[in-house]
Amino acid sequence: MQVDEATVRRIARLARISITDAEAKALEKELSGILGWVQQLDAVDTSGVEPMTRVIPMTLKKRGDVVTDGGIADDIVRNAPAREDHFFAVPKVVE
Amino acid sequence: MTDLTKLTLAEARAGLLERQFSATELARAFLDAIGAGNAVLNAYVLVTGEHALAQAAASDARLARGEARPLEGLPLGIKDLYCTAGVRTTACSNVLAEFTPSYESTVTQNLWDAGAVMLGKLNCDEFAMGSSNETSRFGPVTNPWRRRESNVALVPGGSSGGSSAAVAADLCLAATATDTGGSIRQPAAITGTVGIKPTYGRCSRWGIVAFASSLDQAGPIARTVRDAAIMLRHMASADAKDSTSVDQPVPDYEAATGAGIKGLKVGVPREYRIDGMPREIEDLWQQGIAWLKAAGATIHDVSLPHTKYALPAYYIVAPAECSSNLARYDGMRYGLRRPGEDLIATYEATRAAGFGAEVRRRVLIGTYVLSAGYYDAYYLKAQKVRTLIKRDFEEAFAQVDVLLTPTTPGPAFGIGEVSGDPIQMYLNDIFTVTVNMAGLPGISVPAGLSSEGTPLGLQLIGRPFDEATLFRAAQAIEDAAGRFTPPEPWWAAGKGAKPAKLRRRAGNPGEA
Repeated sequence: MQVDEATVRRIARLARISITDAEAKALEKELSGILGWVQQLDAVDTSGVEPMTRVIPMTLKKRGDVVTDGGIADDIVRNAPAREDHFFAVPKVVE
Repeated sequence: MTDLTKLTLAEARAGLLERQFSATELARAFLDAIGAGNAVLNAYVLVTGEHALAQAAASDARLARGEARPLEGLPLGIKDLYCTAGVRTTACSNVLAEFTPSYESTVTQNLWDAGAVMLGKLNCDEFAMGSSNETSRFGPVTNPWRRRESNVALVPGGSSGGSSAAVAADLCLAATATDTGGSIRQPAAITGTVGIKPTYGRCSRWGIVAFASSLDQAGPIARTVRDAAIMLRHMASADAKDSTSVDQPVPDYEAATGAGIKGLKVGVPREYRIDGMPREIEDLWQQGIAWLKAAGATIHDVSLPHTKYALPAYYIVAPAECSSNLARYDGMRYGLRRPGEDLIATYEATRAAGFGAEVRRRVLIGTYVLSAGYYDAYYLKAQKVRTLIKRDFEEAFAQVDVLLTPTTPGPAFGIGEVSGDPIQMYLNDIFTVTVNMAGLPGISVPAGLSSEGTPLGLQLIGRPFDEATLFRAAQAIEDAAGRFTPPEPWWAAGKGAKPAKLRRRAGNPGEA
């Protein structure tokens, strides 16, 4: 599988990671190498095989639909890089 | 008095109960050892000395009242992937900056409830992505083992390299670790320590920084099989906060270590005999077979036909889940923020600066395989292969009780020796990753030394939730092989020296 530079840039955009021109070039080679290597899975016949959804068979646990936590706004914003009172301060989103 | 740091967890527990020494003396002995050796080994990224001494004092009070809990006063190291309330937790990534959780992971809470003492947070690969502990924001960890007649610094394995090095170098009695593709067993094998990855669901994942949620599992690294058994019993629990944790009673694993293996059926999977496997690994494996046979087990040839596809399938599933889990690091609610021209530019700058090269590579691979048009060809295909891998194990476990394999394809390598080609690094997990893909328990036990004089391990793989049988069989190997400790504590030479500043990894454009 050959990944070209345009694809690398598209993926990086989707992943929200800025990359330099030099990084894009290096990633083109690295990602192509890894994707080429995983392509050996094409040799496995998986017709009629169900994809795994959980390793241990179990039904997902449920709990009562009730409030079990809260009143910890101080804790929630404590690690924020920028905050005002109990709000996260973020770059302007709406013009 | 003997050097308290050399005791096993079980010996230290007995010594405290018999009042041979106090929990405070024990904690101080480890803090002194860390002070003397950590500047060289870089195993701890944060030492919580005051916290440890406060916990030890509380343990001494309980011991005096005869109210000791199961791990009362026993000092442990905690991998920096576990959230610890009020104590910086970084997953060894720049993107988490000085993140200090206000909550405690379930596994560590279980340990503190059992009376254990925290010495500090241990180094690991960034977000547990690596097999050598070289991707950490705090720089590499040095293995306390060295090759004969050599001063070359070796890796302690990864991702739990701080855990394996600290246990091997007597900088804690035992450590917590995590294993997504081999991150407990591979570092244990190449440092002469015991590491068990329990069945998926045995330990709660709540409060452990997520890498690949369908594969991640917590477990201990310890000096002996018995110590690992003691640790796992007090780490495991069903937890309402993790819907994938399993409501099953946690057996007394320590008792299981004494049960013997007469009549145990041990399978030897022929597909693990890979091309180019070093002679010493093959010899070690044969030695393990002979030991188990001598202890009363029967040996059976079994086949796991899809073994060779486990690693490539893993490198689709793990990056896919990682790209999804790491989407949360956006610089808004916690951790690093690098301002850009607008919101998206801020996200992009933050993630470029915060993630190291290997993490970025995996996020990008994951984003690619999950992107429109590729999902079926990669992710769905890998999950189907995973079903086949699990089926192989089910068929094998219809005939045998446990499987025996090597843990790693070779001994510890030098820092910087395996860089450049990511796939070469991924091959370290070739024998361990199948276990994660099938959700099974696996343990690595020290079994011998390489031609270079460094440790090698054997891996035992068990049925789901049958960790007890793994401990039984692992004890038989330990009884035959003996224990492996580094020849001399060369890292403690600079006793009293002031700590060196943290080494920074080179060549990473994301580094601040």
